[in-house]
Amino acid sequence: MNNTGLPIIVALLASTLRLATPLIFAALGGLFSEKSGVVNIGLEGMLTIGAFFAVYGSFKTNNPWIGIIFAVISGAAIAAVHAFLSIHLKADQTISGVAINIFAAAITSYLLMVLFNRQGQTDGVTPLYYPKEAMQSIPVIGKFLGELNWYVFIAIALVIVTNYIFYKTPLGLRIRAVGEHPKAADTLGIGVYGIRYLCVILSGALAGLGGASLSLSNTNLFREGMVSGKGFIAIAAMIFGNYKPFGALWACLIFALADAFQIVAQGLGWPFPTEFYSAIPFIITMIVLSGFVGKTVPPAADGIPYEKGEK
Amino acid sequence: MDFVVEMKGITKVFPGVRANENVNFQLKKGEIHVLLGENGAGKTTLMNILYGLYQPDEGEIFVKGKKINIKSPSDAIANGIGMVHQHFMLVQNFTVAENIVLGKEPKKSINLDMNKAVEDTKKIADAYGFKIDPNSVIEDITVGQQQKVEILKALYRGAEILILDEPTAVLTPQEIEELGVILKNLVKEGKSIILITHKLKEVMGMSDRVTIIRRGKVINTVNTKETNIEQLAEMMVGRKVNLVVEKKPANPKEVIFKVEKLEALDHRGLLALKGIDLQVRAGEILGIAGVDGNGQTELLEVITGLRKAKSGKVIINNKDVTGKSPKEIIESGISNIPEDRHKRGLVLKYSLAENSILGMHSKKPFANGIMMNYAKIKEFARKLIDEFDVRTPNEDVAASSLSGGNQQKMVVAREIAKDPDLIIAAQPTRGLDVGAIEYIHKRLVAERDKGRGVLLVSLELDEVMALSDRIAVIYDGEIVGVLDAKDATENDLGILMAGGTLESQSKGGVQ
Repeated sequence: MNNTGLPIIVALLASTLRLATPLIFAALGGLFSEKSGVVNIGLEGMLTIGAFFAVYGSFKTNNPWIGIIFAVISGAAIAAVHAFLSIHLKADQTISGVAINIFAAAITSYLLMVLFNRQGQTDGVTPLYYPKEAMQSIPVIGKFLGELNWYVFIAIALVIVTNYIFYKTPLGLRIRAVGEHPKAADTLGIGVYGIRYLCVILSGALAGLGGASLSLSNTNLFREGMVSGKGFIAIAAMIFGNYKPFGALWACLIFALADAFQIVAQGLGWPFPTEFYSAIPFIITMIVLSGFVGKTVPPAADGIPYEKGEK
Repeated sequence: MDFVVEMKGITKVFPGVRANENVNFQLKKGEIHVLLGENGAGKTTLMNILYGLYQPDEGEIFVKGKKINIKSPSDAIANGIGMVHQHFMLVQNFTVAENIVLGKEPKKSINLDMNKAVEDTKKIADAYGFKIDPNSVIEDITVGQQQKVEILKALYRGAEILILDEPTAVLTPQEIEELGVILKNLVKEGKSIILITHKLKEVMGMSDRVTIIRRGKVINTVNTKETNIEQLAEMMVGRKVNLVVEKKPANPKEVIFKVEKLEALDHRGLLALKGIDLQVRAGEILGIAGVDGNGQTELLEVITGLRKAKSGKVIINNKDVTGKSPKEIIESGISNIPEDRHKRGLVLKYSLAENSILGMHSKKPFANGIMMNYAKIKEFARKLIDEFDVRTPNEDVAASSLSGGNQQKMVVAREIAKDPDLIIAAQPTRGLDVGAIEYIHKRLVAERDKGRGVLLVSLELDEVMALSDRIAVIYDGEIVGVLDAKDATENDLGILMAGGTLESQSKGGVQ
């Protein structure tokens, strides 16, 4: 990161946006899944898979855009497994999600050896090109824009799109109905299983994209453990944001701000031990999760498999 | 004959149950046709088949003379069939209009056209004379209004044939009357209606024809005009039914239970009980009559230890149990048949055996220290099942798999088995069929005759009048009168329930 000569506030805000990006993708993914009534605790694993295959795609083709497509497809594929287990086989959704998290960590570690013949991390690959200089030449906000990357814009655009889908389209109405009262939807001829499959797979695709934003941006490699809980923080942000796209966006920004502040503050020379700064994001997460922010309302049928013809 | 619906030879088997057996059913155009039967007789199954929720194992369905295959609700809707389910199929946090258009949304390019949805809702609501705000959210409107939304949902989809499953179960008497008018209007518009119910009064008041189903088979189809309540009850249950509660005059003894100047707040923090005084004597049934929401729920919750009293006393056997824990109150001799058997009467996912000892679970012989003695528990459950005629394959099935009547019998059995001095019976027969109602009434009278006190709270005035020896009327958190059941008339009680006063009421004399 090249922050020299930047006002600290600009650096902090830009850093916040960059750090928030993977969280936003994953939180949106979580939203699709949970709005349709399927708990997706496997976001962490889907981020990991996405991060790995983004690098692999870029490594193979030298084209980071192909890497992003790899990430989206791999995330969707692993989510399809979660969908099959929790919708079709009516497995416990939490267990299925946890299994995906463990599987993702293991498979990426294995594939590192098989595909890259390395341990711990991949080789560096072509990152996604961002016209930093051109952006910086924009008056007033140029310096700020120069510090961002394409993912930031895509993430914010997707928040708007997701909100639009949920609250302005017939599909959104159906998704929410399926998550609230699947039987009501079923009696109106809406395919509950179809909607849930669509949403869970979309959820994986979005998390996969989030993974790409992690590995194919500032760093241009995949490192084991690089996701480090971001999937869970995304779930916390989604709940904190009361299961709404813009709510989740703000929540992701708050978490990311805490994270960015930690990094920036360590350079300020205040008389606090560095552990204090490192603890800030977790303190905020705990405050949020302990319900300090008031009651949020999950979809009524969230986590409950739907059985056709059940009394 | 022009039948709009004809079901021929329908058979549907669930694991262990023949829910429908060679059922024939015909609906004429423009009639209100009641499907009458006890709970679990197979009425709802038959209609779920017509609506495509279940597939029949055998049989054919004709709609307007054409043989059709109904594989899903979409097929039913496409054939002009709409259904209002007993448990409403409404998304609680959606608006009225959103619920109505769901699955058949008006679109503007790719957008959901909410303005048109609201307009369309208004249009059909007006067309059938429903007063409803398309923009209100379902969880904020009354049950009666929610039912209207369900009817509108079917009409919006162009339903010509409307199935209503137990539509009156959740309605107040006034709302039932209103529903009757609505149905007559719908018929005038050329709709045909199938009404599933087990309430005989409504059959007589609302229908043109009745088909009676018992244990999955059609017993008969009759014209309503050519039958009467007694005949219908007999066909439904399969034997002569006594619709009047038979009881000897009470032989009350000493006062065993007292409530003194009881005050309590409701869940919003408003004063719901404003100084209630009540006395129940051993060997009598005291009925509390009143319109829903006048403090009955709060009163029962305070007595059973689920709600704090603001002031006043609850006394059983000269012992003050105000503010004590439910456990202590049970042990002091009060047992409770709760208003909502699903929420408070049973743990639905537990077996019958486990349910049979709730409240006694920590006592010998069911528990030995920290261990449960399942052999004894099952033996006890079998005894109750036998004695109270609970219809179940065995004591190991989950309570949720029983019909409402049998669930309630289990609750009543358990509460009586606690050998209490006072039995609280809150809406003890809500949602039950004639056979089960008759049984539970008999049982309560029998317990009275054994010398227990019974505090009956019911919204069904008929029930209060049939069972009680004395009737207390509750209005706005106060007991506004206590009448001897012999002297109480429906008219007098009605005046008191609405907050009026009786000329003849002697001051304090009846307390």
